[in-house]
Amino acid sequence: MKMLNRVLTGLILACLLMAAAAQAFADDSFSMAQDGFSTSYTYNYDYWRDVQMSPDAYRVKKVINSMTLGLENLDGLSMKNPESLFVRDNELYIADTENNRVLQIHYNGEDFSLVRIISEIKGCDNPALKKPYDIAVDADGNIYVADYGNFRVVMMDKDLNYVKEFVKPTDSTFDQKLDFLPRRIAVDVAGRVYVLAENINTGFIKYESDTSFTGYIGANKVSVDTWSYIWKRYFQTKEQRAASESFVPTEYENLYMDKEGFIYATNTVFSEYDLLYDNAKPIRRLNGIGNDILIKNDRYPPIGDMWWIEGSTANGPSKFTDITVLENDIYVALDKTRGRMFGYDSQGVMLWAFGTKGNIDGAFTNAASIEHMGYDLFVLDKLERSVTVFTPTEYGTMIFDAIDTYVRGNYDASADLWRDVMKMNANYSLAFRGIGRALVRQNKFKEAMSYFEKAHDPQNYGRAFKLYRKEWVEKNVWWIILILAAVLIVPLAIGRVKRMKWEVIEHERNKVRRIVG
Amino acid sequence: MSVTKFVGSSDKQQKAEARKAWLKRYKDSLRYSLYVCTHPFDGFWDLVHEKRGTLAAANTFLFLFLLARVLKLMLTSFQFISVPVQHLNMFEEAGSLLLPFLILCVANWAMTTLFDGKGRFIDIYIAMCYALVPYILIQYPMILVSRMITFDEGSFYTVFLGISVVWSVFLAFVGLMEVHDYGPGKTLIFLVVTILGACIIIFLLLVFFSLLSDAIGYFVSFYREIIYRLY
Repeated sequence: MKMLNRVLTGLILACLLMAAAAQAFADDSFSMAQDGFSTSYTYNYDYWRDVQMSPDAYRVKKVINSMTLGLENLDGLSMKNPESLFVRDNELYIADTENNRVLQIHYNGEDFSLVRIISEIKGCDNPALKKPYDIAVDADGNIYVADYGNFRVVMMDKDLNYVKEFVKPTDSTFDQKLDFLPRRIAVDVAGRVYVLAENINTGFIKYESDTSFTGYIGANKVSVDTWSYIWKRYFQTKEQRAASESFVPTEYENLYMDKEGFIYATNTVFSEYDLLYDNAKPIRRLNGIGNDILIKNDRYPPIGDMWWIEGSTANGPSKFTDITVLENDIYVALDKTRGRMFGYDSQGVMLWAFGTKGNIDGAFTNAASIEHMGYDLFVLDKLERSVTVFTPTEYGTMIFDAIDTYVRGNYDASADLWRDVMKMNANYSLAFRGIGRALVRQNKFKEAMSYFEKAHDPQNYGRAFKLYRKEWVEKNVWWIILILAAVLIVPLAIGRVKRMKWEVIEHERNKVRRIVG
Repeated sequence: MSVTKFVGSSDKQQKAEARKAWLKRYKDSLRYSLYVCTHPFDGFWDLVHEKRGTLAAANTFLFLFLLARVLKLMLTSFQFISVPVQHLNMFEEAGSLLLPFLILCVANWAMTTLFDGKGRFIDIYIAMCYALVPYILIQYPMILVSRMITFDEGSFYTVFLGISVVWSVFLAFVGLMEVHDYGPGKTLIFLVVTILGACIIIFLLLVFFSLLSDAIGYFVSFYREIIYRLY
């Protein structure tokens, strides 16, 4: 026993020594794997939140800037601090803020040309635009401009004739001491105007088409964490409480009106902790009464990057400065922290992420606004004063086509497209899911299960498995009955035989007893 | 010649008989665990004070418990457990359960000996291992069951897992009560004290480990320096 004890103690000591030595010898070079983002490659997050490189979904097609537009020859004024973009049909509008004008550019998919420069409104007392921050154009071609410097949102028809303007609400809910500073606007099909104004944290200001103010929608909820609340409520003096900042809801960053009339809003003020637990909701889809109805069916909420390292040139999580919604409900959010674009489908599954900071084409120094024309993306860089046009690659087009065909209900064709996607990117779980769903419809449950397993999709796997189990039981019902019967009947039979034997023995004994007796 | 042969054979016989007796005792102690599960108060008292349990059976249960943990991570249907199998190290997983278990046993023993606990270390160890039995009995079949049910039927699975854990914890509590001959209140207090003790043990281990690693690191760098000088 003593010997054993000694051996055991020795072993434990040896283990400790070896572990310590291993640590001492270990190479402690810093792992780059955490931040795969110093590259401009297209990537996606897998089920484990690991970065998976993927083929490029978009490539740079054109760069529109003052030089390629010919602005130098025209009036010598190059773009200055442009704030926002808007696209209606084939017309691209740029709010050239510091130059007090709006540029209208025609883009036919290949080439672009300057159509006109909008800086004055006909038939208006105050004709000159002053710091236009945003533009919106309705289906009839009426132009709405967020005229920041003139404290108004002004509407003009397509020939630039003044129609009406939306000014500071005289309502008591609006603090009359504050200026009305419209930063971003959106217009719905009925001509209602939604305004994101500076210093207003009660949501978007909503106007009817007759310029009357009808209230606010979608106010951010006040976010208070429990500890700071307890600290403030119970441990601070009145003076301290008055001196410290109060809990107020935050302003939105941007908004976009989708084709169904819902507002997509982005929010950049939140704590990092809230982000991963889906309390921050940086992307929202607001319905008529201001509730968030964005669908999030993936394992992780749409928050952009899921890993970030502090202390590099770009700090903190993704901050979506603008968002655009494509025709097929795919939305693309623009991250100003790292100059990236994140694409999500209507279910909230990330399709791809790409882009970086820098000076080459396709990289941004200060990404400010994003718009789309068909599948092409336009990204405005405020500092570079340029608009970069991205167009989908073969791979990107394939993903869009596969999603479109599925939404249209053509499931088999969609599966074939997903197979093509899978050939180019074997790490794409959306492709596995798409193929699996088509296989379920073709009653190939076993194969579908293996695809769902690879896509880590327990819900769909469960559905396929239920059908497979039913099929299996129906096929093997006779075997199951046979085995059950064997399990139940054999012990019964054995018991019966034993009892018979015992009865025979008893009988014999009784006979003997009788004879003896 | 013949005498030695005779003695040798009797020795062998004795050994065989001893082995047989040991095996019987081992089997009985294994079967006794079922009685402990269903009659914990009675069962744990007899387990320790009437020597109904054996160390071998306790070791078996501990091993099965660790194995259950590893197999559960590896074989449960992915609908219910999502483990990055590519990063899974089964020894690490087993060790991460074994080490706290042993540390808690040691801490409990160390604390209760000071406050007239009746249990020896071996008693505590055996009782704790027997308390793992419901976990083992339920978790193994549930691995199989998880592969036969779908995601929507998952509540069934979770409920059974919950039962296995609650049952085992209850048994551990009763086991400690019976081993030390404490009342429930005192056992509860000593559970907290045990956790504190475990923290102290872990702290000491960490200090020891880091000092050791520093010391070895010194010699390693010393060795490297000499190598660089020489070549």
